Amino acid sequence: MARHVIAPVDELPPGSRKFIEIEGRPIAGCNVKGEGCGLLNRCPHQGAALCEGPLIGLASSSDPGEIEYTKLGEILRCPWHGWEFDIRTGQSYCDPRRFRVRAYPVNVEPGTNLVKGPYVAETIKVAVESDYVVVEL
Amino acid sequence: MNVQLRERPQTAPSSGVKTAIADCDIHPARATNDELYPFLAKRWHAHLETFGVHSYQGMMGGPPYPKAQPNASRRDAYPPEGGPQGSSLSFMQKQLLDPNNVALGVLNPLNTGQGIRNQDLAAAICAAVNDWQIEKWTSKEPRLKASVVVANEDGVSAAAEIRKRAGDPNFVQVLLLSRNVEPLGQRRYWPIYEAAQEAGLPVGVHAFGFGGNPITASGWPSYYIEEMVGHSQCQQTALASLVLEGVFERFPRLKMVMVEAGFGWAPSLAWRLDKVFSRLHAEVPHLKRKPSEYIRDHIWWTTQPMEDPESRDHLFQTIEWIGWDKLLFATDYPHWDYDEPSRVLPAGVSDADKQAFYLDNAKKLYGIS
Repeated sequence: MARHVIAPVDELPPGSRKFIEIEGRPIAGCNVKGEGCGLLNRCPHQGAALCEGPLIGLASSSDPGEIEYTKLGEILRCPWHGWEFDIRTGQSYCDPRRFRVRAYPVNVEPGTNLVKGPYVAETIKVAVESDYVVVEL
Repeated sequence: MNVQLRERPQTAPSSGVKTAIADCDIHPARATNDELYPFLAKRWHAHLETFGVHSYQGMMGGPPYPKAQPNASRRDAYPPEGGPQGSSLSFMQKQLLDPNNVALGVLNPLNTGQGIRNQDLAAAICAAVNDWQIEKWTSKEPRLKASVVVANEDGVSAAAEIRKRAGDPNFVQVLLLSRNVEPLGQRRYWPIYEAAQEAGLPVGVHAFGFGGNPITASGWPSYYIEEMVGHSQCQQTALASLVLEGVFERFPRLKMVMVEAGFGWAPSLAWRLDKVFSRLHAEVPHLKRKPSEYIRDHIWWTTQPMEDPESRDHLFQTIEWIGWDKLLFATDYPHWDYDEPSRVLPAGVSDADKQAFYLDNAKKLYGIS
């Protein structure tokens, strides 16, 4: 398992995403309300670049006429067929039994740690005085 | 290893389908509203700007139901140079035609003159859209072929437009929509079928349209999801009408394509028609064969949105009734309910059937060598 730098912390503010390709795999690093998440950027349904979709909430209902809208900004909606996934865990809300998006742990690490390695960050210059968003793959 | 940061939009992952395919339902869009103007007489420019268009659907300035994605299209299909999804040839090549190895793409423009009440304007816009398809698409990309769009409620003018395009290799079919003023077998539409048969062009019937009737057989529903599943019932009434009015008796060489309305319902409609026909054939003595036989012989089906039952055996049984030689693969690009070619068929299909499904049926039907 290797750890890869996605971006300096200030380049991934809350609500933003970065797409990155790691060992041929398309990965999206996201900042959800200050918390980092990493997802395989490929919808398990038909393969769309999932993270091109909007972040919405989860509409649920216990009874006709009763609607709850929760998890605002935490549900990723596929740009093709609208399948919904929890951006933190990759859980599907359309067909949780059959589908899940691969989720990867994301952390913020200080530059002092990164320059010591073992992190992979060839195209991102790592400076000791900054913090970085790091995905574990 | 290089770590690449990429800007939006990303292209979709390339599909696993290596062999060439046909895509029998691609929707080209106009980048701007006035993109048709060079193909329209000056009087229509002034008319459009002064009066606009009025469709059979009352009080309507857009689609009757809201769509699930912007312009009913994939959010990753906006061309980098701007404009709505499906409006750029170069981006269509990059996102659809090249990665999926599309050897034949059939264009089905939807925002045309079809369903406009002013018949002269409807005919002018349809003719303009036909010229625009050549100018913007097929003359620049030989893999793409156009559909002749016609003023569907005026059979005479529609037939004239078809005859004008007959023999033009840019066009491979005539395009109608499923929601019309009357069921499609009615005689007002027969000049269309006569001209299409004469030109050797199949007639595609694509879901949607603006006929002015409620979009389900029991009225206006609450949800977009009801419109989506309602297409199959609208298509069934159109197909039953075509069969029962005797269209295929009168035009025995006519071929028709049911586009984007599913096909899982075909066997049950045919069974029911045959059953009732055995009791009521005296009402429709112009029919010389069982309804199911006309359907099997005259109808082709595009696949998207693909039937997706839990058991693949149910899919295979349905296709067995229809025939692997009657299905035409389609993506519906750039619309949001796009089918990815590598993901539509479950395991267990023979190579010969796959070849027919993905490419050969379409080439044969549309006369592409």
